Amino acid sequence: MKRRRFLATGAAGLALPSYARAQTASTLRFIPQIDLSFLDPHWTTAYVTRNHSYLVFDTLFGQDANFKYTHQMLSGHVVENDDKLWKLTLRDGLLWHDGERVLARDCVASIKRWAKRDAIGDALMNATEELSAPDDKTIQFRLKKPFPLLPDALGKSPSPMCAMMPERIANTDPFKQITEIIGSGPYRYVAAERVQGSRNVYARFEKYQPRPDGALDWTSGPKVAHFERVVWTTIPDAATAAAALQNGEQDWWEYPTADLQPLLRKNPKIRIAFPDPTGGVEMMRPNHLAAPFNNPGVRRAFMHAIDQAEFMQAIVGDDPAMYHTPLGMFCPKTPMASEDGLEPLRGKRDYGKVKEMLKAAGYAGEKTVLMVPTDYVTLKALGDVMADTMARVGINVDYVATDWGSMLQRRNKKEPIEQGGWSGFITGWAGTDHLAPPAHIALRGNGDQAGAWPGWCVSPELERLRMAWFDAPNLAGQQEICRKMQLQAMQDVPYYPLGQYQQPTAYRADLTGMLNGFATFWNVRRG
Amino acid sequence: MFAYAVRRIIATIPVMGIVALFVFSLLYIAPGDPAAIIAGDQATPADVERIRASLGLDRPFLVRFLEWLWNVLNGDMGVSIFTNLPVRHMIAQRIEPTLSLMVLTLTFAISFAVPMGVVAAWKQGAWIDRLVMVVAVMGFSVPVFVVGYILAYTFALQLDWFPVQGYTPLSQGIGPWINNLALPAIALGSAFIALLARITRATMLEVLSQDYVRTAKAKGVDQKSILFVHGLKNAAVPIVTIIGLGFAGLIGGAVVTESVFAIPGVGRLVVDAILRRDYPVIQGVVLMFSFVYVIVNLCVDLLYTVFDPRIRY
Repeated sequence: MKRRRFLATGAAGLALPSYARAQTASTLRFIPQIDLSFLDPHWTTAYVTRNHSYLVFDTLFGQDANFKYTHQMLSGHVVENDDKLWKLTLRDGLLWHDGERVLARDCVASIKRWAKRDAIGDALMNATEELSAPDDKTIQFRLKKPFPLLPDALGKSPSPMCAMMPERIANTDPFKQITEIIGSGPYRYVAAERVQGSRNVYARFEKYQPRPDGALDWTSGPKVAHFERVVWTTIPDAATAAAALQNGEQDWWEYPTADLQPLLRKNPKIRIAFPDPTGGVEMMRPNHLAAPFNNPGVRRAFMHAIDQAEFMQAIVGDDPAMYHTPLGMFCPKTPMASEDGLEPLRGKRDYGKVKEMLKAAGYAGEKTVLMVPTDYVTLKALGDVMADTMARVGINVDYVATDWGSMLQRRNKKEPIEQGGWSGFITGWAGTDHLAPPAHIALRGNGDQAGAWPGWCVSPELERLRMAWFDAPNLAGQQEICRKMQLQAMQDVPYYPLGQYQQPTAYRADLTGMLNGFATFWNVRRG
Repeated sequence: MFAYAVRRIIATIPVMGIVALFVFSLLYIAPGDPAAIIAGDQATPADVERIRASLGLDRPFLVRFLEWLWNVLNGDMGVSIFTNLPVRHMIAQRIEPTLSLMVLTLTFAISFAVPMGVVAAWKQGAWIDRLVMVVAVMGFSVPVFVVGYILAYTFALQLDWFPVQGYTPLSQGIGPWINNLALPAIALGSAFIALLARITRATMLEVLSQDYVRTAKAKGVDQKSILFVHGLKNAAVPIVTIIGLGFAGLIGGAVVTESVFAIPGVGRLVVDAILRRDYPVIQGVVLMFSFVYVIVNLCVDLLYTVFDPRIRY
């Protein structure tokens, strides 16, 4: 750049105080919930990666707001041979971002890679005799037994999603990240513009073929990209993110924090919406291997101390519209949810009575260790309430404030507390993770077997019901099994549900066309 | 002096080696597991083990350290555990915003603090001296993030003079570059101005009481020359020392400032890396900072000879 031009540009920049806003109308500026560390859709369960992946990658099936699965990359499918042969047919005109045609063998490789990292994918492959691509457009599953959930598995939106990618990339070890981000979704990932920890850029894929039909809802229907570019900017500080949105430097803040929402609501140029009714579901996971939570009576007694409203108010405030209680074992207002067996969670808490129940169950004042990751504001607040609740009912609690990384490491310890073990930890999930048993690992009862989730709940009945769910003949059958699972869980207490909260999103009022569900970027436009 | 500079630069190698070993050991014994973080909340211990093995984190400490050291000596700082990007590339991407912020902060701080200190010393006891001291106390007392929020609220949200966040590279023009960095530089520089103004004042008071200053006054030398030629030059050595030391403070402050103003600099990179136990990135950034710090100190030492010709190496 010549000196004169450099100075002229400088002068122009100074003359425009809000230079950062001088973006074209064709760019959508978005603040994601956290930084996008991983770009591989199969490799991680991070929600931010799932959101990124739906921009870049496409799926064979889409999912609508009623959790029904519709064709997305597929033009159709047929089921033959007593439901043991599925033939999925790809739509015409699908291209990868590198210009190559999408072929069935690409999809076969993608499914195989994804299935090694996903619970329902694993169940699908266990039921599969052979997965093949007999021609360029047909993906064929030859099953050992009927697997009616096949569209659910391939179209699921909870992470990791079953993203399609070229065969040469999908052949990467599923436990290693892919290095080339090439999908067939509505936006291309612009790797050259990535500033890790700060900025990710997507450009509209001009050759993307949206579905010609279908209702636009969640991840299903025609995905029409209106913006030329979508730019994600990571802003770690919530106050700065709010200011950037108010100032018009950013268009959309995915997860505004509860304390800043009243401020944003006052601004007529900003809208607050609740696009995802499944919100977030929170829990405390007890350690079933260590006293006192290795005692089912103690676990059940402590359930009576849980005041879910109190937990929710700690993270979203007093407005009852912002949270839902009682939360059972499945995401409220979704097909598998019910309120059966949730009596211990209803009504006013009587801590004196709980104290007596704990004593009667055999609690003798043993020390407990509650791990709380303080680097997550929500989990920290829940941890504070949990420690207080435990203290109120006379549980000797040692509050271990730690960071997320250290907690994830320590929770794998099965040793007694004196040797670095633990009694409980606080964590949270997206509501979509608790739609049904397959992905709901906190509801497993597989003890300390390989593959069990820390906390190591032993419940043969929960395991039996889970397996039965896969074989349920219809929705009513699945719902009945989930009802039984909830009743059983209230006996075995694999975890303490702490309530469901609504997670709003905030955006500039000139944006329209946002869809329900998690943040998706098709159909959104300015004006 | 050239030989001295070369010797000092060579001396940085063992210093950095010790720093490297220290950081590597510290990270090894610190709690937290990158494999567990990568695997996420849903992961089972078996998943974590598989990821740990795929990342090579299950190998013995010494093997990992020596391999890393060998790679560093060959110019390879490794690859981020999380992003799969080369650490060198990640630092290169982030170094410009941080350096820009520090240069602008130093320029801003020196150009305000030194005249403030000189004037305060010259007018000792007068209202301007007290004002400078009040400003200095405030600069020390108010944390950088509070200053940052106040500045952002006032000058970005209310007056709309500056953007709230972000960074524009210098290649896109000096105006946008300054526009983005003005508030962060003022926020980061506030404590440094306070420190520097106080040191300048104290040193100048001592210098101005020297015989040669009295002689200069008696000879009729004008006040400006007495202050800035005779006084400030002789007071420069401690001031330059503080500027060098302050550089380390600015590195720490940049971490906070970069977070408040969403500047994609090295400070934020290292904080993110620490929270995620991204060992190669932490090691790379710490090594780089230690190198920069050694070089800044070398520059300070060399500057002594400029301000005080009696100093020789």
